[in-house]
Amino acid sequence: MADPNSTPEKKGMDRRQFLKNSGLLAGGLIGGGLLGSLVTNEVKDSKKGTQSGTTGGKNGADHLSDARIFFSREEDFQILAAATERIYPEDKNGPGAIQLGVPYFIDRQLAGEWGLNAREYMKGPFLNIPESNEYEDLSKTDKGRSDQGPSGDTLNPLPTPRYQSRMTRAEMFVVGVRAIDEAAREKFKNGFTSLEPEQQDEILTHFEKDEVHMPSVSSSTFFNLLVQTTIEGCYSDPVYGGNRNMDGWRMMEYPGPRASYADQIEPDEFIVLEPKGLKDYQGH
Amino acid sequence: MVTRKLEKVDVVVVGSGWAGGIVAAEAAKAGHKVVVLERGKNQKRSDFIGSKDELRYTDRFDLMQPLSSETITSRVNIDDVALPVRTQTEMMVGNDLGGGSVHWAGSTYRWRPYDFEIRSKTIERYGEGKIPKDSTIDDWGITYDEMEPYYDKWEKTAGVSGEKDPLGPPRKNDWPNPPLKESPPLKLFKKAAKDLGYHPYQLAASNLSQAYTNPDGETLNPCMYCSYCTMYGCDFSAKSDPLATVIPTAQKTGNAEFRTNALVRRVLHKGGKATGVLYTDVMTGAEYEQPADVVVLAAFTFSNNRLLLLSEIGEPYDPKTRKGVIGKNFTIQGDITFLGARGFFEDKKFNLYAGAGALGAGYSDYDADEFDHTNLDFIHGGGIELRQYGYAAVGLNHVPRDTKKWGAEFKQKSLHYAYRNLVVWYTMAVMSYWHNYLSLDPTYKDDYGDPLLRVTNKYTDQERNLARFGIEKCAEVVEKMGADIIDKDTVADDEEFDHIYDGGHYTGGVMMGPEPGTSAVNSYLQMWDMENLFVVGGSAFPQFGSHHPTPTIGALGYRAAEGVINYLKEGGGLLVQGKSAKANA
Ligand SMILES: Cc1cc2nc3c(=O)[nH]c(=O)nc-3n(C[C@H](O)[C@H](O)[C@H](O)COP(=O)(O)OP(=O)(O)OC[C@H]3O[C@@H](n4cnc5c(N)ncnc54)[C@H](O)[C@@H]3O)c2cc1C
Repeated sequence: MADPNSTPEKKGMDRRQFLKNSGLLAGGLIGGGLLGSLVTNEVKDSKKGTQSGTTGGKNGADHLSDARIFFSREEDFQILAAATERIYPEDKNGPGAIQLGVPYFIDRQLAGEWGLNAREYMKGPFLNIPESNEYEDLSKTDKGRSDQGPSGDTLNPLPTPRYQSRMTRAEMFVVGVRAIDEAAREKFKNGFTSLEPEQQDEILTHFEKDEVHMPSVSSSTFFNLLVQTTIEGCYSDPVYGGNRNMDGWRMMEYPGPRASYADQIEPDEFIVLEPKGLKDYQGH
Repeated sequence: MVTRKLEKVDVVVVGSGWAGGIVAAEAAKAGHKVVVLERGKNQKRSDFIGSKDELRYTDRFDLMQPLSSETITSRVNIDDVALPVRTQTEMMVGNDLGGGSVHWAGSTYRWRPYDFEIRSKTIERYGEGKIPKDSTIDDWGITYDEMEPYYDKWEKTAGVSGEKDPLGPPRKNDWPNPPLKESPPLKLFKKAAKDLGYHPYQLAASNLSQAYTNPDGETLNPCMYCSYCTMYGCDFSAKSDPLATVIPTAQKTGNAEFRTNALVRRVLHKGGKATGVLYTDVMTGAEYEQPADVVVLAAFTFSNNRLLLLSEIGEPYDPKTRKGVIGKNFTIQGDITFLGARGFFEDKKFNLYAGAGALGAGYSDYDADEFDHTNLDFIHGGGIELRQYGYAAVGLNHVPRDTKKWGAEFKQKSLHYAYRNLVVWYTMAVMSYWHNYLSLDPTYKDDYGDPLLRVTNKYTDQERNLARFGIEKCAEVVEKMGADIIDKDTVADDEEFDHIYDGGHYTGGVMMGPEPGTSAVNSYLQMWDMENLFVVGGSAFPQFGSHHPTPTIGALGYRAAEGVINYLKEGGGLLVQGKSAKANA
């Protein structure tokens, strides 16, 4: 496995090179907003290794699919990226959410039928009572449910069916990342992406504990949605844009979809196999 | 809109899962012209090749009913306002050709003599006072012995692979195939159970242990333990489902047509008899009338009930007066009726990426009335099960309960425990009550302007007490297995239904029974009030047994098919007389 630490380095270089080549650093011919954002990224890249991966990943700028198709504001996307990295940080086991491509995974999920709630019942009337705001509130698992049951995914008891918001998941994410930034500015007088990791955790904990006000949905619901989607991005097939290079699977020693595990079902010892993805399994 | 009237057939079947598929196959084999109407898309076994995609099928529910047009509404008390169950995370129902019977896991049980005569047998052993408060549990109007040949027939169609349960109900024949392989978690569980003095055995599975050709000539392959099983269609045809068995059996007779994208919206009737059904082609919007001599509803519990209520057939149940039958005795097995204990093992690491939907072991020592309930505050029981479904990577994230759910600690522990945890659960029986029922929602509608179905469901102490009892028994065996950390589920005193409809175990509303006034269908699943209408599926259960429902649905499918064929042969009439009618005759 490639050294994960090399990636941000490489990316930083690429961007610097790009800025130089395009003459942006020297000239004043470009609008302030764009220059600002490019420079911001450049600064961030050198300051905090992990964050630069948002537009990089393993092959840095070579990744042709490293572009946003849902978030129209770069800063919203950067807040999302920073939050996912706190949820699934880089550590001695291997890469974190950013390097795994999770922000792009989420961006694409939100652009598609899941983000648009295309397969959900979205007809009114919407009775927005506090209890129903708290759908997917994982903090309630303290009641003692291990997630199991016929489907293996038990949520927590609430007095009503959970999702009673008229917002789609895509809308919740946009409102949610902006609420994260606002909470950061209120508490630390600084944008979320500029905070120290511990400060970022503090902000996220406010969301987890439902201590932040958000319209039409509780902040803990948004937070749990964010956690769930981050984990999905780390571990679902690389075809969706996350789990880059199958590094999520590699950390977990998960071998991927295969025709057969008949040889692995009986032995007592744990068998580690090099992961294979859908691309392999489908024979492309 | 102009409704186009189609040519009349002998039998029109609504729904193409096990229930509808079986009736269609048997009626077509008997020479009757059959049309099956299925609301979802056409699909075949080979469509699943290349489909091992956890996000798409497990996390985004690709094979399940999309809810954008239609869902159910849900509430706890009869005076609450019900709200719609809006997301697929909260609601799992089958949708395409083969139905939920395609993405099931394949866990296979027969229910017990006690289940079919629960009211009489409970009173006989413990007296009337033992019937749980407010409960409307009832005998089925059929006994286990009468069910036995139908179970046997379904098991042979499905090619079930299993080992005899030492405490199981009596059976004439062994399971048609030997059990699946024994993995280390199963071995560990069985040994612990045996050490505790119980009677463990390898669970029966509709995932096949070897290549098999069923009596209709359909072939199934041996399971590869790939783990993409429950929530998926099998890419190797090693999980028994209607696409592999009854649907091709029906098709090869030349007498059956399966029409997909056909959403049935009403049963049409005149003068107390069904004349056919009204359906919409969901692709074109065109409306059709399909006339038939016999109408079979096999559209799963929810649609079976909703179609009867929308079509104004039978008397809707009213909890205030306790009169009427349609919608009565709704039950759901899931949530607190499917709890147990999870163990974490520091020095063991299992190959949990491998598995099969129904690979597992269990024991029946605390099932049904196998144990004395005299001093217990509940009736019935459950099966203790350990299953090795096999997990893909998102599903492998179990951590001990006191672990933080995100961040560095979560990452570290989830990677550490990914293959070091096993869960044991209690699949318990669920009783029916006067206050749990199905009706039409007064507010929420589908795309066509028809009211949604409304569920009213609450728990009583019977469920809470039985669940707590089961959790302790699960924890006992997990401890014996040597777990270092044991996370037991808990049930609060005021624990209430969580409005999560997962796992597909929802039944009742068109219950069978020995008498017209108290039940909707007789033991052939023929409507008492409309003799050429058969309502097939879990909708017929008066209450929920202590195990997975599908084999009982399959057995009832064969029973109903026999009824349909006899009805057509005899040219009409009720196939069973109610007891009181018999007395008067
Ligand atoms: C994830 C999961 C795992 C499961 N695992 C197990 C297990 O291990 N063991 C077990 O015993 N059970 C299991 N079940 C339950 C099992 O799936 C059901 O009991 C079984 O499929 C019911 O068969 P059925 O024929 O009654 O309904 P289905 O197979 O669901 O068929 C009903 C069909 O009717 C169609 N339909 C509905 N309404 C209409 C309409 N208005 N017009 C036209 N068509 C309509 C539906 O689209 C569907 O195709 C599981 C369920 C789920 C969801």
